[in-house]
Amino acid sequence: MADRKIRILLAKPGLDGHDRGARVLARCFRDAGFEVIYTGCHQTPEQIAAVALQEDVDVVGLSCLSGAHNYLFPQVAKLLKDEGADDITVIGGGIIPEKDMEGLYQAGLKAIFTPGATLDSLVEWINNNVTPKG
Amino acid sequence: MKELGQKVLAGDIRAASRLIRNLEDQIPNTHIAMQEIFHKTGNSHVVGITGAPGAGKSTLTDELISAYRKKENTVGVLAVDPTSPFTGGALLGDRIRMLRHAEDKGVFVRSMATRGAMGGISKAVGEGIHVMDVLGKDKIIVETVGVGQQEVEIINHAHTVIVVLVPGMGDEIQALKAGLMEIADIFVINKADREGAGKLYKETLNMVNMAKDTHSGSGGWKIPVLMVETVLEPIKFAESVEVLSDKIDEHYHYLIDNKLLSERMRRKTTAELNEALWATILQPILNDLNAAGEMNKMIDQLLAKETNPYSLAAEVARRYMK
Repeated sequence: MADRKIRILLAKPGLDGHDRGARVLARCFRDAGFEVIYTGCHQTPEQIAAVALQEDVDVVGLSCLSGAHNYLFPQVAKLLKDEGADDITVIGGGIIPEKDMEGLYQAGLKAIFTPGATLDSLVEWINNNVTPKG
Repeated sequence: MKELGQKVLAGDIRAASRLIRNLEDQIPNTHIAMQEIFHKTGNSHVVGITGAPGAGKSTLTDELISAYRKKENTVGVLAVDPTSPFTGGALLGDRIRMLRHAEDKGVFVRSMATRGAMGGISKAVGEGIHVMDVLGKDKIIVETVGVGQQEVEIINHAHTVIVVLVPGMGDEIQALKAGLMEIADIFVINKADREGAGKLYKETLNMVNMAKDTHSGSGGWKIPVLMVETVLEPIKFAESVEVLSDKIDEHYHYLIDNKLLSERMRRKTTAELNEALWATILQPILNDLNAAGEMNKMIDQLLAKETNPYSLAAEVARRYMK
């Protein structure tokens, strides 16, 4: 019997050492039945893209609280696209001003979650928008 | 599926990861991809790293990758973490220790969840090793979940097994017990700066010396006990892991020179054939019985003590195996 699971990579790009939120999410996704690859802080977009390919994830979840999201998020999406992996859903979260969102969506992000978003709403979004590959 | 196998043969990383995933997810017909690649397997040296949770397996694996890259070996890593028995989810956090190798094309790290398997690895690890092997990795490191005394499944897959011990886990009787302490080809005393490391070293050495000639399958290999320095002193740590990498290679050559490698490979191949037979012969019968609702009927009969499992099995066998 097939036993399909959603695989998600959670990572924090750039110079941002605040990962409490990302850890809470990792736990929450684990409890939602996903397989969570957690790689923590201080990563380059290149590292994140390489890991996403090696792990064959369905979703890359990026968290950024430093304000550099306008460079970091699109860069991850671009690198994945360059590798022919734009079927991987890239979502982001953190302190993202309203005015930046349009640009991020245009760069290929599929959803942005800001402070106040509930854990349930994230899990629900993923379950509704992502099917395990394979 | 045939195409997926071809892509793996061509060295496509994502296809390789997808194939491992299809094996994990038990997607039907994945064996067709495996049929494509099987003839190319059998060239890598498989190294198992096992030990208690928090013993330092991932950090050791990270440093071993560096040591092998220095020797210009390519490295594949299968890092196993536990699946939740309640939700089926998993937090795979081993590679957080190995991030410095993320962009190195000579290193391929794949995290795997146990998916309910109880032996310290997952069911798909054996086939995952084949996939890494076909990608041409010189060394394949399999990091088990944090284990206790009994999870020794790794011996069916690794040519060289490293058991990582840390001080403070119990007295010398623990070192004499069966199970985990029997499977090491190399012992590593990790966190050797901690109190009790010297005592643990002596106890382990005593145990090894006692067991020297009785260890089945070791064929005269003298099991080394290595102290690994604290990770807080990076240069010393790297040096002691380099020594470990040399020992691992020495063990591999020992296996080859003494015709023991083929014995270990035979063990794995036997298990594989058993599994393939199970999947091809028994599984379809079970699916059939389940689909027809017969399985439930039989269970009801058993609960009502109308018959017994042995008679039922004999009857099913008569029906299907003509």
